[in-house]
Amino acid sequence: MTSPTDNQISSMQGPEALPRRNGELVFEQPWESRAFGLAVGLSEAGVLPWPEFREALVSAIRDSERLGDGLTYYEQWTSALERIALEKGLVTEESLHGRAQWLEEESRHGH
Amino acid sequence: MSDNHDDHEHEAESYASLRTRALESLLVEKGYITTDAIDALVKTYEEDIGPMNGARVVARAWVDPGYKARLLEDGTEAIAELGFQGAEGSEIVVLENTPGVHNVVVCTLCSCYPWPVLGLPPSWYKSFAYRSRMVIEPRAVLKEFGLEVDESTELRVWDSNAEIRYMVLPERPEGAEGMTEEELSGLVTRDAMVGVARARLPEAVGR
Repeated sequence: MTSPTDNQISSMQGPEALPRRNGELVFEQPWESRAFGLAVGLSEAGVLPWPEFREALVSAIRDSERLGDGLTYYEQWTSALERIALEKGLVTEESLHGRAQWLEEESRHGH
Repeated sequence: MSDNHDDHEHEAESYASLRTRALESLLVEKGYITTDAIDALVKTYEEDIGPMNGARVVARAWVDPGYKARLLEDGTEAIAELGFQGAEGSEIVVLENTPGVHNVVVCTLCSCYPWPVLGLPPSWYKSFAYRSRMVIEPRAVLKEFGLEVDESTELRVWDSNAEIRYMVLPERPEGAEGMTEEELSGLVTRDAMVGVARARLPEAVGR
Protein backbone atom coordinates (compact mmCIF):
# COMPACT_ATOMS: atom_id res chain seq x y z
CA MET A 1 0.00 0.00 0.00
CA THR A 2 1.56 3.25 -1.10
CA SER A 3 -0.56 5.52 1.04
CA PRO A 4 0.67 8.94 2.11
CA THR A 5 0.72 7.59 5.62
CA ASP A 6 4.03 5.92 4.99
CA ASN A 7 5.46 9.31 4.14
CA GLN A 8 3.98 10.69 7.28
CA ILE A 9 5.85 8.12 9.28
CA SER A 10 9.05 8.71 7.36
CA SER A 11 8.79 12.46 7.60
CA MET A 12 8.98 12.19 11.37
CA GLN A 13 12.59 11.05 11.16
CA GLY A 14 14.18 14.43 11.82
CA PRO A 15 16.12 14.28 15.07
CA GLU A 16 14.04 16.90 16.82
CA ALA A 17 10.78 16.65 14.91
CA LEU A 18 9.38 13.88 17.06
CA PRO A 19 9.73 15.50 20.47
CA ARG A 20 8.33 18.74 19.11
CA ARG A 21 5.20 16.99 18.02
CA ASN A 22 4.63 16.06 21.61
CA GLY A 23 1.36 17.57 22.73
CA GLU A 24 0.54 18.96 19.33
CA LEU A 25 -3.14 19.32 18.43
CA VAL A 26 -4.42 16.32 16.63
CA PHE A 27 -7.67 17.82 15.36
CA GLU A 28 -7.31 19.06 11.84
CA GLN A 29 -10.62 20.90 11.79
CA PRO A 30 -12.82 22.31 14.53
CA TRP A 31 -15.73 19.97 13.85
CA GLU A 32 -13.47 17.00 14.53
CA SER A 33 -13.00 18.12 18.10
CA ARG A 34 -16.77 18.58 18.45
CA ALA A 35 -17.37 15.06 17.18
CA PHE A 36 -14.80 13.79 19.63
CA GLY A 37 -16.30 15.71 22.57
CA LEU A 38 -19.80 14.65 21.63
CA ALA A 39 -19.01 10.92 21.73
CA VAL A 40 -16.97 11.13 24.93
CA GLY A 41 -19.60 13.37 26.54
CA LEU A 42 -22.49 11.05 25.68
CA SER A 43 -20.48 8.22 27.16
CA GLU A 44 -19.77 10.16 30.35
CA ALA A 45 -23.44 11.08 30.60
CA GLY A 46 -24.35 7.40 30.44
CA VAL A 47 -26.35 7.91 27.25
CA LEU A 48 -23.98 5.93 25.08
CA PRO A 49 -21.76 3.31 26.72
CA TRP A 50 -18.22 3.55 25.40
CA PRO A 51 -17.88 -0.10 24.28
CA GLU A 52 -20.93 0.38 22.05
CA PHE A 53 -19.44 3.45 20.43
CA ARG A 54 -16.10 1.78 20.02
CA GLU A 55 -17.74 -1.17 18.32
CA ALA A 56 -19.57 1.18 15.97
CA LEU A 57 -16.32 3.00 15.27
CA VAL A 58 -14.44 -0.20 14.53
CA SER A 59 -17.09 -1.29 12.06
CA ALA A 60 -17.24 2.17 10.47
CA ILE A 61 -13.47 2.05 9.96
CA ARG A 62 -13.67 -1.48 8.55
CA ASP A 63 -16.50 -0.58 6.19
CA SER A 64 -14.69 2.50 5.03
CA GLU A 65 -11.43 0.64 4.41
CA ARG A 66 -13.24 -2.16 2.60
CA LEU A 67 -15.01 0.35 0.36
CA GLY A 68 -11.89 2.44 -0.05
CA ASP A 69 -14.05 5.55 0.22
CA GLY A 70 -11.20 7.68 1.54
CA LEU A 71 -13.04 8.89 4.61
CA THR A 72 -10.82 10.44 7.25
CA TYR A 73 -10.64 9.05 10.74
CA TYR A 74 -13.03 11.64 12.14
CA GLU A 75 -15.42 11.23 9.23
CA GLN A 76 -15.57 7.56 10.15
CA TRP A 77 -16.00 8.59 13.78
CA THR A 78 -18.91 10.88 12.91
CA SER A 79 -20.63 8.31 10.77
CA ALA A 80 -20.40 5.82 13.64
CA LEU A 81 -21.75 8.37 16.08
CA GLU A 82 -24.59 9.30 13.79
CA ARG A 83 -25.56 5.71 13.19
CA ILE A 84 -25.64 4.89 16.86
CA ALA A 85 -27.63 8.04 17.71
CA LEU A 86 -30.21 7.03 15.10
CA GLU A 87 -30.30 3.42 16.33
CA LYS A 88 -30.83 4.53 19.89
CA GLY A 89 -33.55 6.92 18.82
CA LEU A 90 -31.74 9.97 20.21
CA VAL A 91 -32.44 11.75 16.93
CA THR A 92 -34.30 10.94 13.73
CA GLU A 93 -32.91 10.99 10.22
CA GLU A 94 -35.46 13.68 9.30
CA SER A 95 -34.47 16.00 12.14
CA LEU A 96 -30.79 15.49 11.43
CA HIS A 97 -31.18 16.14 7.75
CA GLY A 98 -33.37 19.19 8.37
CA ARG A 99 -31.00 20.66 10.93
CA ALA A 100 -27.97 20.14 8.70
CA GLN A 101 -29.74 21.91 5.84
CA TRP A 102 -30.71 24.76 8.10
CA LEU A 103 -27.14 25.13 9.37
CA GLU A 104 -25.86 25.12 5.83
CA GLU A 105 -28.25 27.92 4.90
CA GLU A 106 -27.23 29.84 7.97
CA SER A 107 -23.51 29.56 7.28
CA ARG A 108 -24.02 30.51 3.64
CA HIS A 109 -25.78 33.72 4.58
CA GLY A 110 -23.51 34.54 7.47
CA HIS A 111 -24.61 35.16 11.03
CA MET B 1 -11.18 28.45 12.36
CA SER B 2 -8.17 28.15 10.14
CA ASP B 3 -7.38 30.62 7.42
CA ASN B 4 -7.96 27.88 4.96
CA HIS B 5 -11.52 27.58 6.13
CA ASP B 6 -12.19 31.28 5.72
CA ASP B 7 -10.75 31.28 2.23
CA HIS B 8 -13.37 28.85 1.05
CA GLU B 9 -16.22 30.03 3.18
CA HIS B 10 -19.03 29.16 0.82
CA GLU B 11 -18.05 25.67 -0.11
CA ALA B 12 -15.71 24.63 2.67
CA GLU B 13 -18.13 23.38 5.25
CA SER B 14 -17.98 19.68 4.66
CA TYR B 15 -20.81 17.23 4.91
CA ALA B 16 -19.21 15.72 8.01
CA SER B 17 -18.95 19.14 9.64
CA LEU B 18 -22.59 20.00 8.97
CA ARG B 19 -23.83 16.64 10.16
CA THR B 20 -21.71 16.89 13.31
CA ARG B 21 -23.04 20.36 14.08
CA ALA B 22 -26.59 19.22 13.38
CA LEU B 23 -26.19 16.22 15.67
CA GLU B 24 -24.68 18.34 18.42
CA SER B 25 -27.41 20.99 18.27
CA LEU B 26 -30.19 18.36 18.37
CA LEU B 27 -28.64 16.46 21.25
CA VAL B 28 -28.11 19.68 23.19
CA GLU B 29 -31.70 20.71 22.53
CA LYS B 30 -32.95 17.38 23.84
CA GLY B 31 -30.82 17.72 26.95
CA TYR B 32 -28.57 14.70 26.41
CA ILE B 33 -25.47 16.85 26.63
CA THR B 34 -24.46 20.49 26.96
CA THR B 35 -22.22 22.57 24.76
CA ASP B 36 -20.19 23.46 27.84
CA ALA B 37 -19.62 19.81 28.63
CA ILE B 38 -18.28 19.20 25.13
CA ASP B 39 -16.06 22.28 25.35
CA ALA B 40 -14.68 21.13 28.67
CA LEU B 41 -14.02 17.59 27.47
CA VAL B 42 -12.22 18.75 24.37
CA LYS B 43 -10.12 21.14 26.39
CA THR B 44 -9.31 18.46 28.95
CA TYR B 45 -8.18 15.95 26.39
CA GLU B 46 -6.30 18.51 24.35
CA GLU B 47 -4.48 20.25 27.13
CA ASP B 48 -4.83 18.82 30.59
CA ILE B 49 -4.49 15.17 29.70
CA GLY B 50 -1.59 15.58 27.39
CA PRO B 51 1.38 13.29 27.23
CA MET B 52 2.82 15.15 30.19
CA ASN B 53 0.78 13.01 32.56
CA GLY B 54 2.51 9.95 31.20
CA ALA B 55 5.86 11.72 31.38
CA ARG B 56 5.32 12.36 35.08
CA VAL B 57 4.49 8.71 35.63
CA VAL B 58 7.69 7.64 33.87
CA ALA B 59 9.87 10.16 35.72
CA ARG B 60 8.47 8.99 39.05
CA ALA B 61 9.22 5.38 38.14
CA TRP B 62 12.79 6.34 37.23
CA VAL B 63 13.49 7.93 40.60
CA ASP B 64 11.38 5.74 42.87
CA PRO B 65 11.97 1.96 42.64
CA GLY B 66 8.99 1.27 44.89
CA TYR B 67 6.71 3.24 42.59
CA LYS B 68 8.18 1.51 39.56
CA ALA B 69 7.41 -1.89 41.07
CA ARG B 70 3.82 -0.87 41.74
CA LEU B 71 3.50 0.61 38.26
CA LEU B 72 4.59 -2.61 36.57
CA GLU B 73 2.42 -4.66 38.92
CA ASP B 74 -0.78 -2.64 38.47
CA GLY B 75 -0.49 0.27 36.05
CA THR B 76 -4.03 1.60 36.49
CA GLU B 77 -3.66 1.74 40.27
CA ALA B 78 -0.17 3.28 40.27
CA ILE B 79 -1.18 5.88 37.69
CA ALA B 80 -4.22 6.76 39.80
CA GLU B 81 -1.81 7.41 42.71
CA LEU B 82 -0.61 10.45 40.75
CA GLY B 83 -4.20 11.54 40.21
CA PHE B 84 -4.68 10.39 36.61
CA GLN B 85 -7.82 8.39 36.02
CA GLY B 86 -10.53 7.49 33.58
CA ALA B 87 -9.88 5.40 30.50
CA GLU B 88 -13.51 4.39 29.91
CA GLY B 89 -13.11 1.59 32.39
CA SER B 90 -10.11 -0.03 30.75
CA GLU B 91 -6.89 -1.13 32.41
CA ILE B 92 -3.57 0.51 31.71
CA VAL B 93 -0.71 -1.97 31.59
CA VAL B 94 2.84 -0.59 31.70
CA LEU B 95 5.62 -2.42 29.83
CA GLU B 96 9.23 -1.92 30.82
CA ASN B 97 11.91 -1.46 28.20
CA THR B 98 15.26 -2.96 29.17
CA PRO B 99 18.55 -3.42 27.30
CA GLY B 100 17.27 -6.83 26.16
CA VAL B 101 13.61 -6.04 25.46
CA HIS B 102 11.96 -3.25 23.50
CA ASN B 103 8.19 -2.86 23.68
CA VAL B 104 6.02 -1.05 21.18
CA VAL B 105 2.26 -0.47 21.19
CA VAL B 106 -0.26 -0.57 18.37
CA CYS B 107 -4.02 -0.95 18.08
CA THR B 108 -4.68 -3.13 15.08
CA LEU B 109 -8.47 -2.73 15.30
CA CYS B 110 -8.90 1.00 15.62
CA SER B 111 -7.03 3.41 17.86
CA CYS B 112 -7.20 2.20 21.46
CA TYR B 113 -4.76 4.36 23.36
CA PRO B 114 -4.09 5.21 27.02
CA TRP B 115 -5.74 8.65 26.85
CA PRO B 116 -5.47 9.55 30.54
CA VAL B 117 -1.69 9.45 30.37
CA LEU B 118 -0.93 10.21 26.73
CA GLY B 119 -3.73 12.50 25.58
CA LEU B 120 -5.16 12.00 22.12
CA PRO B 121 -3.46 9.62 19.73
CA PRO B 122 -1.37 11.16 16.95
CA SER B 123 -2.70 10.70 13.44
CA TRP B 124 -0.07 8.16 12.42
CA TYR B 125 -1.14 5.91 15.30
CA LYS B 126 -4.58 5.75 13.71
CA SER B 127 -3.30 5.19 10.20
CA PHE B 128 -3.94 1.92 8.42
CA ALA B 129 -0.25 1.66 7.53
CA TYR B 130 0.93 1.82 11.14
CA ARG B 131 -1.78 -0.50 12.39
CA SER B 132 -1.11 -3.18 9.84
CA ARG B 133 2.63 -2.92 9.33
CA MET B 134 3.72 -2.68 12.96
CA VAL B 135 2.61 -6.26 13.50
CA ILE B 136 4.20 -7.62 10.32
CA GLU B 137 7.49 -5.74 10.14
CA PRO B 138 8.03 -3.83 13.38
CA ARG B 139 11.75 -3.33 12.92
CA ALA B 140 11.23 -1.72 9.51
CA VAL B 141 8.49 0.59 10.81
CA LEU B 142 10.58 1.61 13.82
CA LYS B 143 13.46 2.36 11.47
CA GLU B 144 11.18 4.79 9.62
CA PHE B 145 10.61 6.51 12.93
CA GLY B 146 14.38 6.79 13.24
CA LEU B 147 14.67 4.07 15.86
CA GLU B 148 17.11 1.23 15.26
CA VAL B 149 16.48 -1.75 17.51
CA ASP B 150 19.45 -4.07 17.74
CA GLU B 151 18.88 -7.58 16.37
CA SER B 152 19.90 -9.00 19.73
CA THR B 153 17.11 -7.05 21.43
CA GLU B 154 13.79 -8.82 21.65
CA LEU B 155 11.02 -6.77 20.10
CA ARG B 156 7.56 -7.16 21.61
CA VAL B 157 4.55 -5.67 19.85
CA TRP B 158 1.46 -5.19 22.01
CA ASP B 159 -2.02 -4.84 20.58
CA SER B 160 -4.12 -2.44 22.66
CA ASN B 161 -7.83 -3.09 22.92
CA ALA B 162 -10.89 -1.81 24.74
CA GLU B 163 -10.02 -3.67 27.94
CA ILE B 164 -6.25 -3.16 28.07
CA ARG B 165 -4.33 -0.07 26.97
CA TYR B 166 -0.58 -0.40 26.96
CA MET B 167 2.01 2.21 27.77
CA VAL B 168 5.77 1.79 27.51
CA LEU B 169 8.15 2.66 30.33
CA PRO B 170 11.21 3.76 28.36
CA GLU B 171 14.75 3.18 29.58
CA ARG B 172 16.22 6.03 31.57
CA PRO B 173 18.88 7.58 29.36
CA GLU B 174 22.57 7.71 30.31
CA GLY B 175 23.80 10.93 31.81
CA ALA B 176 20.56 11.82 33.58
CA GLU B 177 21.87 11.05 37.06
CA GLY B 178 21.81 14.52 38.53
CA MET B 179 18.42 15.50 37.19
CA THR B 180 15.34 16.14 39.29
CA GLU B 181 12.10 14.27 38.74
CA GLU B 182 10.61 17.29 37.01
CA GLU B 183 13.61 17.67 34.71
CA LEU B 184 13.49 13.97 33.93
CA SER B 185 9.87 14.20 32.83
CA GLY B 186 11.07 16.63 30.15
CA LEU B 187 13.00 13.76 28.57
CA VAL B 188 9.91 11.62 28.16
CA THR B 189 8.04 12.06 24.91
CA ARG B 190 4.74 10.67 23.79
CA ASP B 191 6.54 8.62 21.15
CA ALA B 192 8.83 7.08 23.77
CA MET B 193 5.76 5.94 25.69
CA VAL B 194 4.26 4.36 22.57
CA GLY B 195 7.61 2.69 21.95
CA VAL B 196 8.49 4.27 18.60
CA ALA B 197 11.32 6.32 20.11
CA ARG B 198 13.67 6.33 23.07
CA ALA B 199 13.57 8.92 25.82
CA ARG B 200 15.47 12.06 24.87
CA LEU B 201 19.07 12.44 25.95
CA PRO B 202 19.87 15.05 28.59
CA GLU B 203 22.02 16.87 26.00
CA ALA B 204 18.95 17.27 23.79
CA VAL B 205 17.26 19.41 26.40
CA GLY B 206 20.34 21.48 27.08
CA ARG B 207 21.82 19.53 29.97
